[in-house]
Amino acid sequence: MQFFLDAFRWLLDPANYVAGGISPLPIQDRIGEHLWYTFVSVAIASMIALPLGLFIGHTGRGRQFVISFTGMMRALPTLGLLMALFLIIGATVPFTQAAFVASIIALVILAIPSILAGGYAGVESVDPQTVDAGRAMGMTEMQILLRIEIPLSLPLIISGIRAAVLQVIATAVIASYISLGGLGTVISSGIGLNDNERILGGAILVIALALVVDGFLALLQRLVTRRGSKEARPQNIDFRRRSFGSAAVAEEPVNERKRHVQSKK
Amino acid sequence: MFKAKNRGPRIAGAIAAAAALVVMTGCASADPTEEATQAADDVATVEATKVVVGSFAFPESEILGNIYAIALENAGFEVETKFNLGPRQTTVPALEDGSIDLMPEYNGNLLFFYDTENTARSTEEVDAELATKVPAGFQVLNSSSAEDKDAYVVTQAMAEEFGLVTIGDLAKIEPFSLGASPQFAELLYGLPGLASFYGVTDVTFVPIEDFGGPDTVKALVDNAVQVADIYTTSPDLVAKKLRVLDDPENLIAAQNIVPLLNSDIYSDELAAVLNAISAALTTEDLIALRTRVEGDEKAQASTAAQEWLEAEGLLN
Amino acid sequence: MSWLVDNFDLVARLTGNHAILSVIPIVLGFVIAVPLGWIANRSHSLRSWVIGGGSFLYTIPSLPLFVILPYILGTRITDERNIIVALTIYAVAMMVRTAADALAAVPADAVEASTSIGYSLWTRFWLVEFPLAGPVLLAGLRVVSASTIALVSVGAIIGSANLGYLFTNGKQRDFLEEILIGIGASFLIALVFDIAIVLLGRVLMPWNLRKSPASKSIRQNAVGVY
Repeated sequence: MQFFLDAFRWLLDPANYVAGGISPLPIQDRIGEHLWYTFVSVAIASMIALPLGLFIGHTGRGRQFVISFTGMMRALPTLGLLMALFLIIGATVPFTQAAFVASIIALVILAIPSILAGGYAGVESVDPQTVDAGRAMGMTEMQILLRIEIPLSLPLIISGIRAAVLQVIATAVIASYISLGGLGTVISSGIGLNDNERILGGAILVIALALVVDGFLALLQRLVTRRGSKEARPQNIDFRRRSFGSAAVAEEPVNERKRHVQSKK
Repeated sequence: MFKAKNRGPRIAGAIAAAAALVVMTGCASADPTEEATQAADDVATVEATKVVVGSFAFPESEILGNIYAIALENAGFEVETKFNLGPRQTTVPALEDGSIDLMPEYNGNLLFFYDTENTARSTEEVDAELATKVPAGFQVLNSSSAEDKDAYVVTQAMAEEFGLVTIGDLAKIEPFSLGASPQFAELLYGLPGLASFYGVTDVTFVPIEDFGGPDTVKALVDNAVQVADIYTTSPDLVAKKLRVLDDPENLIAAQNIVPLLNSDIYSDELAAVLNAISAALTTEDLIALRTRVEGDEKAQASTAAQEWLEAEGLLN
Repeated sequence: MSWLVDNFDLVARLTGNHAILSVIPIVLGFVIAVPLGWIANRSHSLRSWVIGGGSFLYTIPSLPLFVILPYILGTRITDERNIIVALTIYAVAMMVRTAADALAAVPADAVEASTSIGYSLWTRFWLVEFPLAGPVLLAGLRVVSASTIALVSVGAIIGSANLGYLFTNGKQRDFLEEILIGIGASFLIALVFDIAIVLLGRVLMPWNLRKSPASKSIRQNAVGVY
């Protein structure tokens, strides 16, 4: 217990927030870096994965690919990925950029599966009757996607992004081993100095950051859900029952959907 | 969803699944407790002949750990290895909690770990001081002439351009960035000593988590940092045209290889094996061993260690 | 590839240890998460505690957890149980929501029917709820398996002798091949485990196999209805 008190004392010590401190201080700079890496990698991953996810959801093509791809990505060891990318990129790019570029690529690769799954599960979750209604009104496929499918799938899209953000925040910690900044440097310097307050303090900061960012996204999700259709709810429950037994095949979207149902309760 | 006629086989399957899980649960929950009692027994009855050799998380230490381990095994000891544990700040606690019994150490930095105020610098001074400062229950054996020091390193080009010869000359290039392991920022041979011994203070510290390895070298060569802490046995010092700055104020103490061990495992036979290694090992050997492991050959640390021992005639 | 040939023993040993370090948390995580998932379905507040707790545990970064655990558990620094405990925590965190959802999705009429024919809570769980939730639990277990195997390698930073050693050692020696072999071997373990889990599922739940064409249509239907 003393342990945790010491860690909090370290976190609350104003000296650790004075600008110009020796790395890993000041703490706020490391938090800023950590947020920046998270933002950049999730943004890039979204730019790649969302259009792809929406396309797959809309056309129904390539679902099987996404499911196996997502499964495979989970088994990819991030530490190995980071270090391999760092060596590959470091061979041509100067040191300072190499750490950043390699880490961002690794984090983007890590973030893509959740965002992709959120995108296509979102579009697939839209009631086909609604889509047909749009079609009957003479909407083009693009209009259907933009005006019906995307707005209605926002909650699931955001839940995919939430999963990606949580993963990126936790994993960016290890990137300090290829000399990236961020909160990982607090923890690795704690390990280097056998300073448990700092290791634990750094861990608490990472957790707090994850919870705050996730809370913010949850709020956003709730806002866009409220705007969406309310009847979705009983259908969700219906879906859960009907989907029973089949989730082994369609694991990811089912989970995403359930999370969605849960978040609305 | 499920038709009633399916129920028979389904229940049979369910029983099978349940049984399997119960068995699995049984095994899984039995294991950790068993291990726990075993571990407790281990603490109570440490066998004098069993030696757990540790190492720091960089190749040279792993090579040295392998040399110790292979030689001891050859001499009839029961040996276990736990390499790449991290920096000294991890390995000393690991020695204290009994995780490991023996470490290839560096006498100067080990002395500073135990006594940050110490002023001993030469090998003789450091060895004499270290013998008195190692806490009860632990001891060091003879130190080797082989040495691998932390060093303030710049590129040769930089050294020529600014006339950098000693660490104090770094004042000429202030402000600059310095790359090293995170602990360098707070230990005496690092930033604090740079300020108090040489008056160089305007330094941006860049933590690089690889013990003066390829990342640190790359950072220096790419001018991401202008100064780096790279160890004196690094093959890259020559390969990448780097320059070690002189240390006239003796900021950095001697760093001879020395075995640090738990006194519980001490025996004359063990000391004889390790002292023979220390006597045979030279700084050139260290550089050659590192070149084999880290250079193009990519020999495994254990292979390089084994072949060095054979070449030195230290194996029976 | 000549490096792999020369160092096959090392890679094999690390792979074996990696597999052992992974299998215990996967099994323990499952065994702990399923009852927790069952408890979660008893009431709304229990559910939010259990699921919320799971999500919270998942935000703990792995490296500091590996380092801190010896001080909490009283284990030695190099004790591999630290890594096993840490990975079990993540396995539970990942699995508990799936377990709760899987058990919640068991048709209420099946549960009621079994209660009406006099099954006790315990019998009902083992004979009705658990097997009916089986396919979803199995899917969750596959996710946990892949993630756990990937996470084990982080332990190499603190000296655990698993495939992560090839990552840290390869980086220290500027040796890409070694890292790639480590990634390949890690994938291989994940693949073998995944196949083993799927096969285990077929053996334990043969009824699921027989129903597969139907379940496919249910899935498609479900997607449509949503």
